[in-house]
Amino acid sequence: MALVDKLGAALDSSGGGIILTTVDSLADWARGKSLWSMPMGTACCAMELIAGSFSKFDFDRHGTFPRPDPRHVDVMIVAGTITRKMAPAVKRIYEQMAEPKWVIAMGNCAVSGGIFYYDSYSVIRGVDEILPVDVYIAGCPPRPESMQDAVFQLREKIATESIAPGKKREVEFSLPMPGAGVRGGDAE
Amino acid sequence: MNASSIDRITSDAGEVDAVTLKITERTKKIATDGTPVDELVVNVGPSHPSTHGVCRVITHVDGEIVTKAEPVIGYLHRGVEKIAENRTYLQVVPLTDRLDYVGSMYTNWAYSRSVERLAGIRVPERAEYLRVITCEMQRMASHMMSLGSTSGDSGATTAFIYSFDIRERVIEFFEDLCGSRLTYNYVRPGGVSMEVPDGWFDDILAWLPIARQSLSELDRLFFGNHIARGRLKGIGVLSAEDAVSWGASGPVARGSGVNWDLRKHDTYSVYPRFDFDVPIGSNGDAYDRARCRLFEVYESMRIIEQAIEQIEPGPIKADGIPRLIAPRPGDAYDHIESARGSLGVYLVSDGSPRPYRMKVRSPAFCNLALLPMLAEGHTLSDLVIVLGSLDPVFGEVDR
Amino acid sequence: MKINELREHLCAQYPDLCPLFSIEFGDGVLLVECGQLLGAASDLRDLGFDRLGMVTAVDRGETFEMVYRLTSRSMSAGIFLKCEVPRDNPVIQSLTSLWPAANWHEREVYDMFGIEFEGHPDMRRILLPPEWEGYPLRKDYEDERIIHRPDYI
Repeated sequence: MALVDKLGAALDSSGGGIILTTVDSLADWARGKSLWSMPMGTACCAMELIAGSFSKFDFDRHGTFPRPDPRHVDVMIVAGTITRKMAPAVKRIYEQMAEPKWVIAMGNCAVSGGIFYYDSYSVIRGVDEILPVDVYIAGCPPRPESMQDAVFQLREKIATESIAPGKKREVEFSLPMPGAGVRGGDAE
Repeated sequence: MNASSIDRITSDAGEVDAVTLKITERTKKIATDGTPVDELVVNVGPSHPSTHGVCRVITHVDGEIVTKAEPVIGYLHRGVEKIAENRTYLQVVPLTDRLDYVGSMYTNWAYSRSVERLAGIRVPERAEYLRVITCEMQRMASHMMSLGSTSGDSGATTAFIYSFDIRERVIEFFEDLCGSRLTYNYVRPGGVSMEVPDGWFDDILAWLPIARQSLSELDRLFFGNHIARGRLKGIGVLSAEDAVSWGASGPVARGSGVNWDLRKHDTYSVYPRFDFDVPIGSNGDAYDRARCRLFEVYESMRIIEQAIEQIEPGPIKADGIPRLIAPRPGDAYDHIESARGSLGVYLVSDGSPRPYRMKVRSPAFCNLALLPMLAEGHTLSDLVIVLGSLDPVFGEVDR
Repeated sequence: MKINELREHLCAQYPDLCPLFSIEFGDGVLLVECGQLLGAASDLRDLGFDRLGMVTAVDRGETFEMVYRLTSRSMSAGIFLKCEVPRDNPVIQSLTSLWPAANWHEREVYDMFGIEFEGHPDMRRILLPPEWEGYPLRKDYEDERIIHRPDYI
């Protein structure tokens, strides 16, 4: 039973308001529902990232709030084309984020180089050449609703991790997972 | 670039950190009368909370006052001009979408005009009217983004969110028209790609009074506040002679009193048929530039109303254009008035279906060259205001 | 101002520039030698062309063709100023003394083509990282990182 339902049940019952749960589900609930994001927006997708944070789509109701400082955030949303000149800055900022941290690659350019895959001499073909990516969002640019869906997918992924080191829970994903950083790799 | 260079960002001012304001270099300079002057080199890194994009400004500050500000660009240089040499003329249109991504419609239009000039294509009248309507709506959306980010940079985040009211409605109209929210690929060589849906014009005419009200509300909310005036007045003053000799155009030049708008003074398409004014500033500071943009939104609404009244049914694409356009060998340059200034595309053809050379004359690139001159003598917090008032979009600056 | 009026105006003021002016596809083009560039540009500025629109280059094989676009507000006209620079010695005079706008444009041409501008105050790369080797917009630019698009038209 999800933690939120257990809370509701505990408040209703006359049993004294005690919940029994695992530390993992408590930690996953806390981490997943308040993912502060670092908007690493370079190009057109940054406009959709901004639109996603504003009134019409309102990212904030999912707990995702954009913060410009890498020390304050959990997830970095790479939105836009990353070029060779920009890559050291992105890597430097990723290293400054505190653990646990995740990366969402937003838009075709961050996933694979996008429309600039062919014939460009300065574009990095996919931000997973320099960072380990957790969720990929396709689209050029993706709709803000896709970004919100990415946050939900990331919560599912966070739910597979455990605070006990070395322990992992197996979770069934509906889509096959690409190998991060491996060109043409199969889901293992 | 070898592996070791991927770890460090080097600059001519020394090794500086990407984001944090770390003191890396203290140079002991001596002023002319012998007193030592402490100067700090502060790096406003490529990733910063101001939303204008990836620009790095290497700033030399004396206390809080900026003595020298040098912008370093190229963090979004994707080599679009080289890519375009290996695409057909129609395949380049989505690339131009991504150049000025806040205004894809008019970037497509500038490129299409250049191809039409090169190949001698005549565009039907309904297509010209549709181009004007979509371009003016795009100008409104772009100026709302600019006004919003100016107010967001000065601290008024609420005004930023209010400015997106008009912008989101325009994007919804474009989504009904061509299916995409940001990169439209709508204006193509020879005309436009799609006919408008039923009732689209009526919806726009019904919305325009609401937009005027929303805009005057934003005006009172932000510009009516004396803090906004205090933050914008007197910042980044640009004289009219400097604006002309440095090649500035658009609201940056008009804010300084230069009366030059391509829609009026080097007119193109069906603009001579409309009655509209061009707002001109007098002081050349950030306040005048922002007010120019605000009044241009009102003027765009006037143009849209007149265009919707005058548009007639007809074809939207020129007849007989092949899918592989192969123009005569030669070159052509054509320009339009975008939200940032005079946006031009220079195309060189050698008779094959691919351009031999495509050069985009981007107004944001020319306007950004003014930053060192405008930011000198202001405080570090005003540097962000100056950068915002020049309204750069780095897809266009870096190409 | 129409293109023929522009030609008459130019020929009246500067008769030695007249034979170098031609009209190609509705646009006025002034084709000069490399050495005369600064003089011709200065004459055009006195004629009324007060704005430098763009500076660019085209790789034509053995030469680079430098293209300058000048606009005049008073005459509402534009003109191309072109000159050819040899490929084995790509050096040309800079126009920053006449129009400060040329500063960044010429840096970009140096970055993309390798053409050096004499008299430019700050000749270094602007768009690419400073340690980049090669000049990308030249037609013979080789780079193993580029993935070429298959040709299927």
